[in-house]
Amino acid sequence: MIPSTKPPRHLKMRPPLAVAAEAPKDLGPPKIEMRGLNFYYGDVQSLHNINMSLADNSISAFIGPSGCGKSTLLRVLNRMYALYPKQRAEGEVLIGGRDILGPMVDVAQLRYRVGMVFQKPTPFPMSVFENVAFGLRLVGGIRGAELKSRVESALRDAAIWDEVKDKLYADGRSLSGGQQQRLCIARAIAVRPEVLLLDEPTAALDPISTLRVEETLQALREKYCIVVVTHNLQQAARVSNVTGFMFMGELVEIGPSSDIFTSPKDRRTDDYITGRFG
Amino acid sequence: MNRRTLRKAKNAVFLLLSLVATMTGLACLAAILWTLLSNGIAGMSWRLFAEMTPPPGSRGGLLNALYGSGMMTLLGILIGSPIGVLAGTYLAEYGRNSRLSTAVRFINDVLLSAPSIIIGLFVYEIVVVRMGHFSAIAGALALAIQAIPVTLRTTEDMLNLVPVGMKDSSAALGAYPWRTTLSVLYPAARSGIVTGLLLAIARISGETAPLLFTALNNQFWSTQLNAPMANLPVVIFQFALSPYKDWQDLAWAGALIITVTILILSISARVILALLQAERGSGR
Repeated sequence: MIPSTKPPRHLKMRPPLAVAAEAPKDLGPPKIEMRGLNFYYGDVQSLHNINMSLADNSISAFIGPSGCGKSTLLRVLNRMYALYPKQRAEGEVLIGGRDILGPMVDVAQLRYRVGMVFQKPTPFPMSVFENVAFGLRLVGGIRGAELKSRVESALRDAAIWDEVKDKLYADGRSLSGGQQQRLCIARAIAVRPEVLLLDEPTAALDPISTLRVEETLQALREKYCIVVVTHNLQQAARVSNVTGFMFMGELVEIGPSSDIFTSPKDRRTDDYITGRFG
Repeated sequence: MNRRTLRKAKNAVFLLLSLVATMTGLACLAAILWTLLSNGIAGMSWRLFAEMTPPPGSRGGLLNALYGSGMMTLLGILIGSPIGVLAGTYLAEYGRNSRLSTAVRFINDVLLSAPSIIIGLFVYEIVVVRMGHFSAIAGALALAIQAIPVTLRTTEDMLNLVPVGMKDSSAALGAYPWRTTLSVLYPAARSGIVTGLLLAIARISGETAPLLFTALNNQFWSTQLNAPMANLPVVIFQFALSPYKDWQDLAWAGALIITVTILILSISARVILALLQAERGSGR
């Protein structure tokens, strides 16, 4: 077993589905709790009675076939669904002990606490520096030297500082795809969110870039509660402490990644990870 | 004749017809440009840009008309484009599927193709008649009404081209929609929106009908906005119809100036769009 803090250097040397990350022995109080979560797109229910808790300072991965609701689950956590009409969530979702679904919740404030990275890199049409400073400027009150140091530390944490330190004022869109995605991670963590959501963060990247992003996630585990949705089972096995398998809008099972990938309890999980469908 | 030769023959006939149609269109355009050039070049001189429109039988230039056209086009864009850009923003970002948007979009399409003389008559009714006289500001208003649908349409189209992920990312950082629009979407669509503005300028700078009923014309130098103001299209209209040789020459020169200006604006708009696409292409 490789220690969880050291990311694997070479993907090729690892057997597929080997479990890199150890399940945290001491989970502490849960960062995210869901009780009886149901989600609807108009009249169609796409999440059914989801119950779970996710620990802080760990990576939780959600896997499952297309349309199983894993991305929807992610979009509940920062209420991205609220941008679109006719989408609604019912039930109870707590982040850091605070309800996020209630009508009194300030959605902008919530999204400030919960960062998100999307499947396709989405650098803004501005310099690398301004991309990372964007969230900090939204909050306001962070200027000058402090702003610079916050931007630098975010870029360092996202493991892209060395590649962009000489072109901080170049357009963010001029970076390579993998660099753009790590820039987006830097942008999301610059405001020091409590939770970091990643929706198939490497689906649009080549294997080398994927590796770099995974290494970045490993390093960020120390500081954040990370939730990642992925189609890539090896990725889930490599980076996550906890894995949840979703199917047809239900959370079929969730547990330490080593258990899910080696001895799943549910037949459907077993079928999925052994490639019988999905 | 077997089936294949029949198909080939059909193809040849169709190709021929398309070619003839293309050539006809191009020939007309070339003829217009040639007539303009051969007649307009003769009238080109420094006087055009230094002297006022003359009475018949004496020498003069088009300075007051050039100034008037420039001023009214500028005012028209300054009044029309903010309305067009903001309304386009509403359609693309706020009211994407609302009933109001559907109505606005339809009315805008009608306005886009409305005969410009009707816009001139409209402004005549609500501004000129009430003020009691023709004025530059009425002309600018008529041009502004023409600029709105062009800028509205291009703004909406260009904002719709911005990837949804970019908007979502901004919202995911806690930005309110107005902030996303100002800080992310406008910069992302900047070149496209500027192109729309250029196209709008190109469109209104050659309009005659709206100005006939609003700004009318002025033989003299005038910078007063609430008085009639000279402008190229109406000067061309009047001078070209006159029996005087000097006036006709000035009309040709003015027509050439307008055509070249519009050509330059349209080409710049296309170049900007091409550069934008090249930039996007290499950005990936």
